[in-house]
Amino acid sequence: MAQINSYTITIEVNGQSVTKMVEPRISLVDFIREELRLTGTHVGCEHGICGACSILLNGDPVRSCCMFAIQANGMRITTVEGLAPERGQLSKIQDAFCEKHALQCGFCTPGMLIACQALINKIPQPNETQIREAIGGNLCRCTGYQQIVDAVLFATKISSPNPEQ
Amino acid sequence: MKAAPFDYHLADHLDHALELLDHLGNDVKLIAGGQSLVPMMAMRLAKPSHLVDINRIQSLQQINLQEKSLYTGSTVKQKDLESSHISQAIPLFKQALPWVGHQQTRNRGTVGGSLAHADPSAELPLIATVLNASLHVQSHNSQREIRAQDFFLGPMWTSLAPQECLTDIHWPIWNKQFFGSRFLETSIRHGDFAMASAAAQINLNPDGTIQQLSFGVGGMGATPIAFPSLSQPLIGKHLSSEAMHELANQAILLTEPTSDLHASASYRMNLARTLLSRALLGAFEQAQQHPQ
Repeated sequence: MAQINSYTITIEVNGQSVTKMVEPRISLVDFIREELRLTGTHVGCEHGICGACSILLNGDPVRSCCMFAIQANGMRITTVEGLAPERGQLSKIQDAFCEKHALQCGFCTPGMLIACQALINKIPQPNETQIREAIGGNLCRCTGYQQIVDAVLFATKISSPNPEQ
Repeated sequence: MKAAPFDYHLADHLDHALELLDHLGNDVKLIAGGQSLVPMMAMRLAKPSHLVDINRIQSLQQINLQEKSLYTGSTVKQKDLESSHISQAIPLFKQALPWVGHQQTRNRGTVGGSLAHADPSAELPLIATVLNASLHVQSHNSQREIRAQDFFLGPMWTSLAPQECLTDIHWPIWNKQFFGSRFLETSIRHGDFAMASAAAQINLNPDGTIQQLSFGVGGMGATPIAFPSLSQPLIGKHLSSEAMHELANQAILLTEPTSDLHASASYRMNLARTLLSRALLGAFEQAQQHPQ
């Protein structure tokens, strides 16, 4: 057995720089929840199947259970807490999730929101196929996915002027 | 579901990584994207004492076009290969990469990581096998080249030695004229492990005879399987669609898939026969219809 060391890492979390000591074995999702106490990100399967732990890493959606916190040293992450413009407010996509009933138990929701946000950052007005592709790596056992698709369509429709109306 | 303790080493450049591999003994694993290794460590199927992280080595992240091949460094991210303009030189990439996991895993997962992990149902190992790509590996004091058809030895088992690092892969580029390729897969949920997959690539001569043909299946045994012994005798000949069905049939009879929760061996053989036959037909029709 190797001697177990701890290392100092610095990560930009939702716009704020954070420096902590970590053991290499600590997964990024455990670091986010246990060390940073940002419990919005959920830990589900812990082996890359369910997508509940999705976060944005340098702007791209990744599963935070499938990397170690130490690997994120020097990187920028956004968790579900970082989606809203200000404390007490909701982002457009979060608002649409409420409006269209895109969650029931809420377990998958942080991962779904991250996947949907990453999609509309890249494609501001996605079609249904693109939405289903974007949430293809996230499991939801309540909604049957339809309301999630509806929410993204709703959020992206109201956010842009429609020349026909 | 938490990884066992290990020590972490970030390699700045390739020589540094190779030195670390040399010094740290046999209980060391390279980590690139970690999309298979981290779950295996979480489940304690893998308990290395040391991880050497090669993610930040710039020299392993290049994609470029060479005269007759596409060169990819081993830690090129799957999403970068998918979105790269250069990778269009090998249309199988565009066809197969959307099947590799999900966007969240392709954003971290690497090309070389998928090859070195050697899951028999994975897409990139199948393409490497069908194209018989050339894999370059290095250790602290040696380097060698391994053809894909000699690289994959079994499930999660390759000819890489513990002290070796896969550095780059050369994917052969075929003639653009009278060219066709097709990748097909069936899985329970898009992005999950393939129950079976098939890939075919063809070049025709102007008279419609076969100039070059390669095809293979994934998820049908211990490794991805190509069938050069079936395709080589067809060079210079015409191939009817009936003959292609028969070819797929012969190929599948050479496979020995196993049964699991998702599919019995006989179901897999039927599925793979259909996928392979469609892949051959699709590639052949494209080669006939689109002489560029």
